[in-house]
Amino acid sequence: MTRPPRDPAITATGAAPATTSACALPRTRAYAEVAPGDVLPELSVPLTRTLIVATALASRDYQDVHHDPDLARERGAKDVFLNILTSNGLVDRYVTGWAGPACVVTAIRIRLGVPGHPGDTLVFTGTVTGTSDADRQVEIAVRGTTGLGDHVTGTVSVRLPEGER
Amino acid sequence: MSGHDERPRPGYEERLQGFTGRELRPLTRAQDPVNQPMIRHWTEAMGDTNPVYTDAAAARATGRTGVVAPASMVQAWTMRGYAATVAPPSPSAPGGFDALVALLDEGGYTSVVATDSAFTFLRELETGDHVAVRETVESVSAEKRTALGTGRFVTTLKTYTDRHGATVATQRWRTLRFRPAPAAPPDAAPAPRPRPAVNRDNAFFFEGAERRRLLIQRCTGCQTLRHPPGPCCPGCNSLEWDTVEASGEGRVYSFVVSHHPRHPAFTSPYLVAVVELAEGTRLVTNLTGVAPDDVTIGMPVVLDWLTADPDPTLPVFRPAPTEAP
Repeated sequence: MTRPPRDPAITATGAAPATTSACALPRTRAYAEVAPGDVLPELSVPLTRTLIVATALASRDYQDVHHDPDLARERGAKDVFLNILTSNGLVDRYVTGWAGPACVVTAIRIRLGVPGHPGDTLVFTGTVTGTSDADRQVEIAVRGTTGLGDHVTGTVSVRLPEGER
Repeated sequence: MSGHDERPRPGYEERLQGFTGRELRPLTRAQDPVNQPMIRHWTEAMGDTNPVYTDAAAARATGRTGVVAPASMVQAWTMRGYAATVAPPSPSAPGGFDALVALLDEGGYTSVVATDSAFTFLRELETGDHVAVRETVESVSAEKRTALGTGRFVTTLKTYTDRHGATVATQRWRTLRFRPAPAAPPDAAPAPRPRPAVNRDNAFFFEGAERRRLLIQRCTGCQTLRHPPGPCCPGCNSLEWDTVEASGEGRVYSFVVSHHPRHPAFTSPYLVAVVELAEGTRLVTNLTGVAPDDVTIGMPVVLDWLTADPDPTLPVFRPAPTEAP
């Protein structure tokens, strides 16, 4: 019943095929070139009020705390705050942006800390914490901090193309 | 003041625990199949420029058959939408979700915040896929105190399936349902600073501070300086002592930046330091006039005085002026 996981990155040569798109396709990291301890470049995401509302609505989350400052305060927050689907989406963007377009995300596990309020900046850092030769999966520990502290901590697993040996 | 009776109601805990293992949401189909416009809204809002989400040629160049949805978006497909969010809850709706929310509301846990999410993805979603989700309660915690308020953690498992019934993703999901801590009225007077516990051994220190003199206890038996104050010299056991006045110069021996727990008399974050005085003793104090990021171990500091609301007067330290001596 379950379809076997499809792996678009695999080709006869084991590497992602060359792009045929009109726009240049960003390069995808090969499994062979990634090692535990590798550090991802930092990513800063300014948390504007518009971004907080736009991402909440794009994720179809209409809870008032993500768009109505008065109701957010009534419910004990100091202002509207980022919803968890967006925390997941930004963690996803951070890791896949580093890994490249042929990577396939297999897991995202996050814990939420301090809220992401308008005017703050969410800064992501990440480190490769594990690799698995059998299925070419790489685990990355991710941390997203704001001026208040850790907003999100967790791990993401991606499957990478094999690459040249 | 509070609209909620906070005493435990007979049978409440049992009714709450009765939700463990229960289906919260029966298999519910997403309103729409996976589609390009919703993917585009998501990627634009997230600032995600990965072309495999919006450019079929780029997706094919990575070996895919066409565009795929961002993995993290799986939950968005099955969100209930605006109309259902603003509709009044109906405890008789199929599944236990509204009933559980009503029961939590009854306990005063009227606010909700998500705390954990753990996704496993079995395959990527393509346009045309039609996702459904069902959700089962794994546990409802005992009442916990949190920074947001007192509440209960509700842990569920969401299973996402495709139109063939095959699982495409699972998500362990934890929310805190809580009673919001009452907000301080904005015009409330700030809380007074906690008072020092003054006793016969340390009274000289705080009395000196009132006169803006930083006094260090000295053993008159062996002349050794000591701080914090105590009745007996740890070196020679003499009970005789007097005091000397500190010059007010010192260095940061160690420090912490305190974010939590918060106290209404303090503006967080604030700096707590161990300052080594030029005379050799160390004291726990606050640093002022310096940002947490600019403090370094060994940094020269000088004495200043804090007059709190309006007493007590307490020694604090600020960075020493940097002119050459």
